[in-house]
Formats: sequence, C-alpha cells, structure tokens
Amino acid sequence: MNLLGRLDWSAIPFDQPIIMGASGGVVLVIVAVLSWVTLKGYVPYLWREWITSVDHKRIGIMYIILALIMLLRGFADAIMMRAQQAVAAGGAQGYLPPEHFDQIFSAHGTIMIFFMAMPFVIGMMNFVVPLQLGVRDMAFPTLNSVALGLTASGILLINISLAVGEFAKTGWVAYPPLSELQYSPGVGVDYYLWSLQISGVGTLMTGINFVATILKTRAPGMSYMRMPVFCWTSLAANLLIVAAFPVLTATLAMLLLDRYLGFHFFTTDGQGNAMMYVNLFWVWGHPEVYILVLPAFGIFSEVVSTFSGKPLFGYRSMVAATMSICVLSFFVWLHHFFTMGAGANVNGFFGVMTMIIAVPTGVKVFNWLFTMYGGRIRFTVPILWSIGFMVTFVIGGMTGVLMAVPPADFQLHNSLFLIAHFHNVIIGGTVFGLMAGYNYWFPKAFGFKLDERWGRVSFWCWLIGFYVAFMPLYALGLMGMTRRMQHYDVASWQPWLVVAAIGAVIILVGIVSQVIQLVVSIRNREQLKVTADPWNGRTLEWATASPPPAWNFAVLPQVRDLDALWNRKQRERTAQSMKDRKFESIDIPKNSATGFITAFFAVVTGFAMIWHIWWMAGAGVIGIFLTMLAFAFRDEEEIEIPADQIARFEQVHQAEIAV
Amino acid sequence: MNVAVAVDDEVRYEARTSASEAGPAAKRVVVGYGFWIFLLSDIIMFAAIFAAYAVLSHATAGGPGGAQLFNQRSVAIETACLLASSYTCGLMSIAIDSRRYAATYLFALVTFVLGAAFLALELREFAGMIAIGAGPQRSAFLSAFFTLVGCHGMHVTAGLVWLAVMMAQVAIKGFHATVERRLLCFSLFWHALDIVWVWLFTVVYLMGVLS
Repeated sequence: MNLLGRLDWSAIPFDQPIIMGASGGVVLVIVAVLSWVTLKGYVPYLWREWITSVDHKRIGIMYIILALIMLLRGFADAIMMRAQQAVAAGGAQGYLPPEHFDQIFSAHGTIMIFFMAMPFVIGMMNFVVPLQLGVRDMAFPTLNSVALGLTASGILLINISLAVGEFAKTGWVAYPPLSELQYSPGVGVDYYLWSLQISGVGTLMTGINFVATILKTRAPGMSYMRMPVFCWTSLAANLLIVAAFPVLTATLAMLLLDRYLGFHFFTTDGQGNAMMYVNLFWVWGHPEVYILVLPAFGIFSEVVSTFSGKPLFGYRSMVAATMSICVLSFFVWLHHFFTMGAGANVNGFFGVMTMIIAVPTGVKVFNWLFTMYGGRIRFTVPILWSIGFMVTFVIGGMTGVLMAVPPADFQLHNSLFLIAHFHNVIIGGTVFGLMAGYNYWFPKAFGFKLDERWGRVSFWCWLIGFYVAFMPLYALGLMGMTRRMQHYDVASWQPWLVVAAIGAVIILVGIVSQVIQLVVSIRNREQLKVTADPWNGRTLEWATASPPPAWNFAVLPQVRDLDALWNRKQRERTAQSMKDRKFESIDIPKNSATGFITAFFAVVTGFAMIWHIWWMAGAGVIGIFLTMLAFAFRDEEEIEIPADQIARFEQVHQAEIAV
Repeated sequence: MNVAVAVDDEVRYEARTSASEAGPAAKRVVVGYGFWIFLLSDIIMFAAIFAAYAVLSHATAGGPGGAQLFNQRSVAIETACLLASSYTCGLMSIAIDSRRYAATYLFALVTFVLGAAFLALELREFAGMIAIGAGPQRSAFLSAFFTLVGCHGMHVTAGLVWLAVMMAQVAIKGFHATVERRLLCFSLFWHALDIVWVWLFTVVYLMGVLS
C-alpha cells in the first residue's frame, strides 16, 4: 500500500505552462503576503484580533475578504473562457485544450456560486444582522467562527486543485453518469465533492445560527413587524439554507458513495438512476438561487429607503413577498430540466409555479419604485447600483419567465440564452446588491467612506460591461449555440463572441476600479472619516459608533417602531438622556481557536480523502473530534468588559453617536 | 448575554404586548431552539435519503429484494431497544433536573447499553446481508438501503460517543449550566433518532416485507 494514496509527482501538471504560471503566481503572492505579515510582526495581532475572533463583525469582514479574492479567481476563469471562445472559431482551436477548458468552466461556476456569492452574502449578513437587531452578537459566536473556517477550508481545497491534480471537467453541477468514477476517474470530481461538502457543513451552521439569532435574540421591543427588511430577507435566506443544504449534502454523499465504495445510486449499471441526482441537486439548487438573491433584495430595500429619505413603501407587502418567495422556491426545481421528459402535466405544473414566483418579485420591484417616487434621492454609489439592478434584474427576470414556458425551454435548454439569463439575474441581482451593500456599510465597518468617484467609475464599467458581455449571449442562444463549447464551426457566431469578450474586458476595468477605489480610500481615510451615521440612516446599525465596539451597544436599544433609529432622531430627545446614563459591565464571548483548528483538520481530511490517503483522513477526523472535545471542556466562555471601559468609550464617541 | 436595557421613562407605560418584544431570550432557550433547527435540517437530510430509497426500492437489478432479506424478529428487537433507550433517556433527564448524580449515571448507562445493543444487531444484519452477496454494491436498492439505515446507525453511534463525553463532563464539571444545556440537546437528539427510526421501520422494513 502506498503511504500517499494516489498522490505522486505526476499530479502536478509541469507540462502545462498556463496552469503552472497561474499556480506559481498564486503561490508567490501567498508567500509574499505571509512573509510580509511575519516580518512586520503582525502575526500575533492577526491571531488575537481576527483569526480567533468570534465577533460577528470581524467574521463578516473575513467572509467578504475571502469572497472578494474568489471574485478575482472566478473572474480570471471567466475572461479566459471569453478569450477562448472569441478566437476558437472555424478550424481554430484557441489557446485552451478541451480538458483545460472544461476544468475552467467547472471551476468558474463552482467558485462563483459557492465561494464568491455565498461567502459575500453570508459575510454581509454576519456584519449587519446583529447590529440591525440591536444585539451584541450572534446566538452561537464560536459556531460562527467554525463555519467561517469550514468555508475557508473548502476554498483552500478547490484552489489546491489548480496546482495539485485537476479540477472537475463536469460543469459546476457535476451530473452523473459523467461525474461517476467510470467516466471521470481522476481526482477532479473528488475535489469538487469534498470542497463542497466541507464548506456546505459550514453553510448549514451559519443557517442555523442566523435563524436562532433572528428569531430569538432581538433588542427589546423589536417585534417581527419592526424588524428591518434586511433582517427579514436574511431570515428567509437562512430558512432556505436550513431546508435546502441538507439535501445537497445527502446528494453529494450519495455520489461520494458511488465513487468511493462502488454504490449504485446514479450509475448506469446496477439499476442506478442518474436523473435522481438531477432532481435532488435542483431541489437544493433552486432555493439556492433565492438564498443568494433575497439578502440582495434586503440590501436594496435598505439602500433605496435611506437614500430616498423615505420609509420603505409597502413594508408589509415586502415581508409577505419575501416569505412567499421563500416557500415557492421549493416548488419550481423541475424547470431546470423540462427536457427530462416528465410529461406535459408535470412540466405544466412547474412552468406555472415558475411564473407565479415572478409575482412577489414584481411586488418588490414596484415597492422600490414607489419608495423612490416623491423622495429626495441622493445619487450616491449604493443607489446607483440599486437603480442599475432594477433595470437589469427586470430584464433577466423576464427572460426567466420566457424559459418557464416548457415548449420554449425545449429550444433554449443548455443554450447560451440560459447562460445569459442566469448571469443576468445573478450579476444584476446578487452581485449588484452586494456591491451596493459593500459601499453602503463599508463606513460602518471601518469608520471611513469609500471614494465616490472611483465607485462611480466602477459601477458604470460593471453596468455597461455586463450588457456588452451578456446581451450577445441571448442572441447566440437563439442562433443555436450551446453552453461549454471549447470551439465551434459556425463562423457567424464569432462577431458576437468577440463583442462578449470586449464586455468582459469592460467588467475587468470595473473590477480594477474597485481595487483602486479601496486603495485610494484607505490612503485618504482621514478625509473620508465618518461618524456613526454618515448616510442619515434609518436602522439601528447607524446608532452605534463606526466601527462599532466589540459589544456593539453599551445598552441594548429600546425599539418602539419600524425604522427605529430614524424615528428616534425625529423625536430629538435622547441627547439629554445620554448624560445620566449608567453603564453596567458586559460579558462578551471569549476568543476561540476552535474555528481555525477545525478548519485545519478539515483541509487535512478533505485532501486525504481526495487522494485516498486513508491514514491521514483518519488522523484529520480524530483531530476534529479532539478539537471539539477541547472546546467542550474549556472553563471560561465569556470575558467581562468593565463598566468604566464602556463609559470611557461612550464618552469619546458621545458627540459622534447621535442617539 | 447581558441584557441591560435603556431606562426610558416612556417605556414603563407601554405594556409589553407579546413575547416577540421581550428582548433576547435566555441562553437555555436560544440553545434549545438552535438545536431544534439543527434537528429539522437533519430530518430534511434523512428526507432526501428516504426519497432516494423510495425511488430505488424496486431497482434490485435482479438481486434480492426486501422480502427475502429482512429478518423481522431482529428488527423488532432493534426497535424495542431503541424505544426503550428513549424512555431511559427521559428518566435521565428527570434525574438531571433533580440533580441526582447516581440516577443520572445509571440511566445514562442503560441508555448507552440499549443503544449499543441496537447498533450490534444492526451491524449483525448488515454483516449477514454482505455475507450472502447482498452488499451495497449489488444493486441500487441495496445501495439506498445501506445508506439510509447506515446513516441512522451512524447517528446512533455519534449519540453514544456524545453521551459518553457528557457523562465525563458531568463527572468533571458537575451540573454546570453549560453541561445541562448540552444534556438537553442530547436528549432532543436521541428522541429525534427515534422519530427517524419509526419512519425507517415503516418505510423500509414493514413496506419492504409487504411488497
């Protein structure tokens, strides 16, 4: 028996200059960053204040940093595909061989959904939700840290596949029988499965944590109908996580059993049923779409209301629409494969359900429009993203309703029309929403605003780039071009694909502008410095200092109505009550290395399973168990922050905190 | 969590209309509630595997089906062990509430032994099936059977390990608030496994023998 399982030197593709160049660059950057951090002596600080932190704000920021890095990785894949398809027409083969191209589109989809959009959404919720609820932390702070660790483990594993071995060539959905051992004997699918399983456990923990936090720990007086809309949409998204991710876990586990132990869930022999995978996958997959977009809807609601200077139009209908989308999202999964041939009645049912789900979404769009109507709109960067979203998302939504018609879908299934549609809603919905939220809450997180000018440049490049890149794909889909083509013979497709590639370059300029925006803002942070409430906000996160102290609120705010902060500001009577406030000491959860150590062992276990290094996998599992045991037996769970420290902080920030 | 509320003269006159306005719940409530949510998610995972089993229950690929394989007597004893262990787990909860160490250890031990007996019987059933060539690699039906029943068995195993750790915690830390909350979660978990088993018994064994 080989001590290293299937792993040997042939796993590293030395003969592939593109892969070796890319992974060499990544390794160099990581080594450079690590040595810079070490030489500057930042390691103890990072360990104490970030890596072992169980503070929801720190964890949220770390999620978003991971997401932004993965945005760069996923975008690199995207621009490589656009470049390949722009040149590989007629007899030309382009610069990417098929097996590499296949890995790129699989990695692009997997990374963008699981390791860009998900961490970004979760990070945003982590940072904002407890502040909006007016409480001091999540229900389970250490669990939160473990969830972050597991997400990071999944990210690490999928990126190791760049240099060691290969990634899946099956597309991001990994349908069997192609993803079965018989047709994908390499480690690519195993990288896919283990990185998703590990990060999936983390996501489930996050879901449980948020549901418990939102339903059980809110500031006194905050009844359900006084919760900010972002909390409502986060609640809906996390209910979906709790109800949908276990299905993904079970499905991927079945595929793992097929691949590792010769089971017959989805195999072509032994009477396995490959279509069952497709059904189960989308029972998770369609709710996942709403897990990504509902929090973005919440962000738009906050942004539109704040910058229009008006309460959100139709708060109750917004809540009702959110919750009905939450339920309906479980009744539409079959529209991802009308071509399975389930029959007219089944297809008809799912087609109609899909069209129905457009109704609550339409309600939301009208609510945002009516909120802006008659308002004094301040055209800041977040509201630009919101308006860009409203136009773009409606177009994407309508092409979705078009594909909900089963006969039309038979023509459009797996064509570039579909690709254009879901990028239209995911970029136009989720990504625009996250960018709006990033610009909106950045001053709360760091105490200074992001540079407006570069923010605008970035927005316009993204918006124009998006249309230039994806509108041609609608046309190509109607012309019959299918997805995932490494090269093609139809010469008339090429001009459209060249335009699409130009669009991708424009988006690249947008991303570069965002990096510049961040650098410029950090450099000019003294001029961009803000107080607690830079946007004249309406909800409780703006009622505490920017950045908020570890305990968020010296005393838990008393909530009397919706838009709690706004209404308090209107009453203008709290300035006096500040003077004779008495502070009590606050217990905050103690830092814990549990998340980091669990993540370490999770990477060890995942890597060992991928390469069939059984002893190492066993060691990793034992490591995780011992970590949990050590956590269970620790003595102190909380540390006390003395009252005079809080009083001192409040005194310094008194002028800054309006209420 | 420390719940210090701003003393605001207007608030005192406002009657609290509902529990949803009462502020953050006590830690015990939050932990129990969070664990309930976890159990729901776990049951959804089982639901997915149940669905797969239902789809594949006749996909025997020419191999043996449920009627030929299932030993009803062994399954009846398994069921009795598991249900009885739930009862003793309940007795353990009562002992914890009244802070009786000896009774806690005793009922934990009985629960553990019954759970272990259940597992032993299940493993014997698995070994017997594999010995006659009816292992999970034989057909899609058997893959689903071993996965569904095995997944429940793995939950029981995890429960036994958890119970052992908890008894060590009781011995070392006593009935500390944290320990008590964990014991509460353990008993929720143990009862949930019963619910899953009742479904499993019905769908796999009873319906399997009938068809």
